Amino acid sequence: MLIKLFTDFMGWVDQRLPVTDAWNKHLAQYPAPKNFNFWYFFGSLAMLVLVNQILTGIWLTMNYEPSGDGAFASIEYIMRDVDYGWLLRYMHSTGASAFFVVVYLHMMRGLMYGSYQKPRELLWIFGMLIYLVLMAEAFMGYLLPWGNMSFWGAQVIISLFGAIPIIGEDLTIWIKGDYVISGATLNRFFALHVIALPLVLVILVFLHILALHEVGSNNPEGVETKKRKGSVKPEELSKFKFHESYTKKYDIVDSVPFHPYYSVKDIMGVAGFLILFCWVMFFFPEGGGYFIEAPNFTPANALQTPEHIAPVWYFGPFYTILRVVPDKLGGMLLMFAAIGMLFALPWFDRGTVKSVRFRSKWHLANLIQFAICFIVLGVLGTMPASPTANLIGVITTCGYFGFFISLWFYSKNEMTKPVPERVSH
Amino acid sequence: MSKEPVNNGRRRFLTAATAVVGGVGAVGAAVPFIASWNPSARAKAAGAPVEVNVGKIQPGQLIRAEWRGKPVYVVRRTEETVSSLANHDDQLRDPNSENAQQPEYATNPYRSIKPEFLVALGVCTHLGCAPTHHGGDFEEFVEGVENGFFCPCHGSKFDMAGRVFQGVPAPLNLVVPEHSFINDNTLLVGVSPGDA
Amino acid sequence: MKKLILAFALSISTLAPLSVIAAGPSVPVDKANNDLSDKESLKKGFKTYINYCLGCHQLQYQRYNRTFTDLGIEEADGIANYMYTGEKPGDHITNTMPKKEAAKWFGSAPPDLTLMARLKSPDYIYTYLRTFYIDESRPFGVNNTTFKDVVMPHVLQDLQGISTIDEQGNLSPAMGGSLTAEEYDEVVRDLTNFLEYVGEPNKLERKSLGYWVLAFLFFFFIIAYLLKKEYWKDIH
Repeated sequence: MLIKLFTDFMGWVDQRLPVTDAWNKHLAQYPAPKNFNFWYFFGSLAMLVLVNQILTGIWLTMNYEPSGDGAFASIEYIMRDVDYGWLLRYMHSTGASAFFVVVYLHMMRGLMYGSYQKPRELLWIFGMLIYLVLMAEAFMGYLLPWGNMSFWGAQVIISLFGAIPIIGEDLTIWIKGDYVISGATLNRFFALHVIALPLVLVILVFLHILALHEVGSNNPEGVETKKRKGSVKPEELSKFKFHESYTKKYDIVDSVPFHPYYSVKDIMGVAGFLILFCWVMFFFPEGGGYFIEAPNFTPANALQTPEHIAPVWYFGPFYTILRVVPDKLGGMLLMFAAIGMLFALPWFDRGTVKSVRFRSKWHLANLIQFAICFIVLGVLGTMPASPTANLIGVITTCGYFGFFISLWFYSKNEMTKPVPERVSH
Repeated sequence: MSKEPVNNGRRRFLTAATAVVGGVGAVGAAVPFIASWNPSARAKAAGAPVEVNVGKIQPGQLIRAEWRGKPVYVVRRTEETVSSLANHDDQLRDPNSENAQQPEYATNPYRSIKPEFLVALGVCTHLGCAPTHHGGDFEEFVEGVENGFFCPCHGSKFDMAGRVFQGVPAPLNLVVPEHSFINDNTLLVGVSPGDA
Repeated sequence: MKKLILAFALSISTLAPLSVIAAGPSVPVDKANNDLSDKESLKKGFKTYINYCLGCHQLQYQRYNRTFTDLGIEEADGIANYMYTGEKPGDHITNTMPKKEAAKWFGSAPPDLTLMARLKSPDYIYTYLRTFYIDESRPFGVNNTTFKDVVMPHVLQDLQGISTIDEQGNLSPAMGGSLTAEEYDEVVRDLTNFLEYVGEPNKLERKSLGYWVLAFLFFFFIIAYLLKKEYWKDIH
């Protein structure tokens, strides 16, 4: 009886808004390659962390005071006086670092399996835009506790813009809304962090998923599972029912409907992720001084600089690249170039074989050295400057840029292995 | 592809199990969000009990205190006023204070611990305006009753024990908050007798 | 999978030599070895704080009644023995020292200590309070090997006595205090314990909730895993 009620209700809705059709097209009849591995958890985990940040962020806003005088005290108010306020705060701060861990692993998957190659270049661009907005969002969020590291970290990064010729000085004053970082800066960063950028982020994620569904997911073998219509024998086609918007254009093989197979697998992924996340959040939320930095336990003080200013760990790689160049403007340009290289990756890779599994030894070595350089650059970003650190920074910066440049050269006539027609199992 | 037929029973059981356990987890996760809406320690500190010095109040006089953001009326009633409370029971909606607008130690003819002192929230039970105290000139509102409260917003009337008259918009007697006396001169609003 | 592990192992091993240039603690500190679950220790530390520290240093984010509840002090006992300033139990632990004047008298105003244990670490506080020595060149006649040229006098001098420093920078045992070295260490440990508690009053609750949450999540993971395996029989 309940089922009839439900069916009638959905019939009424579907005549006015195609809900069931959307459910089928994007979930129950959406073809996903059947060979997703561990690296394919991080997209859905990124969505989970986004939801966490939004929910805990909204709740923190209920008690946070966005003023120079009240911000620091309001954090302690949340930590002590609001029931479970401490838990909401730690969920948000641990979530911020978790977001970047998950996003970096998600991007690494893209690198390894060539998920940025045609026809997924736009998907990659949307992803890079999300990454850029996420960095801005995190940067602005970090000012809000108004601790001493919040203040000085913002001071250093905003002053970078002063390096731009002619307009630099005025630009930094315009960003700050004052001659120094003050309540004016805090208030506008609050508005951007709480409303503007989250809105942009959600819209970008929506577009990212839409672009994904248009071309279909890649997979660890880089084998296309949507074949030319009519090219596959009927007995070879996937036994599952897929939405006609896909089946009328392609013959689909080696795929399973996202729901229930990947919804069920992603639930398991969420459970595993939450174990790690909660282990960190409940037992060392300060992250060894990297997630909540010690100097932030004292209020912003324009007259007293912390012993060692560094941006939060997830900005590390780009901060090192910035510091490697002795010239302020040069450093800034190189830092933006580093992000730019990532945007242009689909065009640096001139090959057509997608997955590292079927590419040359050089490509595997290149990927490994890139990952090592990225990690080392990140670690260096948290350390004070020194001649040794600088030297390693220069070497790993070369390794970072070298990834893209060498890829451009060897990808044109690369010694690749033959790519199978079908996903192996 | 597995050759075994689909074990629907097992599938249904595991799906249900995951849904139930997941549901428990979701409820657990909701706890901090919902609990954070409770009054915080700051709100509780601001809502803490308030001491009121009643030693200097003249007979027949009303003073106002504030507790939890609301006005508290404290009136030193004369013996005459207290004894006249029984005279107009037939004109009241709830002469015996059957509705729980007061703690049980104030459920008596004078609706307080000490007959001498009325302690009531100055909040009209109609829509919340502050009634005005009329000492000696209340007869223009209710014949035969010398003292009382008149609410200027919609004309509700209460007697000197805060009991509401019939024929007015207010449905209930004025609220008597928890209170106690630390000593003869000091009233503590917000704490009942016997609670530390 | 093997390549992944290899890559990961390589990257981790490259980090090892980096520890050479990592920023270590700037001053050596002794381990406080305090026990946050020891309520008697916390009460003693609280008492010491009220008697010796509150005059100059506030705990402006911590309320009296919260401290009483967490430490197991009855409110009446708390008001009688831990509150001397006529405030209400719901109030924050503050003092009446005027900030501007204090900055003038001391060179810089005595900082609020609510978060000092998180800013510096409990080990730092424990060490700091035990490393004062005579230094005639300083305004109050004392200096400190943990915090060079500190402007704070040795407030606990009547308990510890005071050390002298030799040319190599070694401190002599403190002389002239009413407590033995072990007794004084105990007092400082209790005070450090109290300050660690004040820095994050929810710490013990956080950890105990963590055990329950992780236990639940392991259980949920097992069920979710079984569900996944059951459905994926269709595919494999």
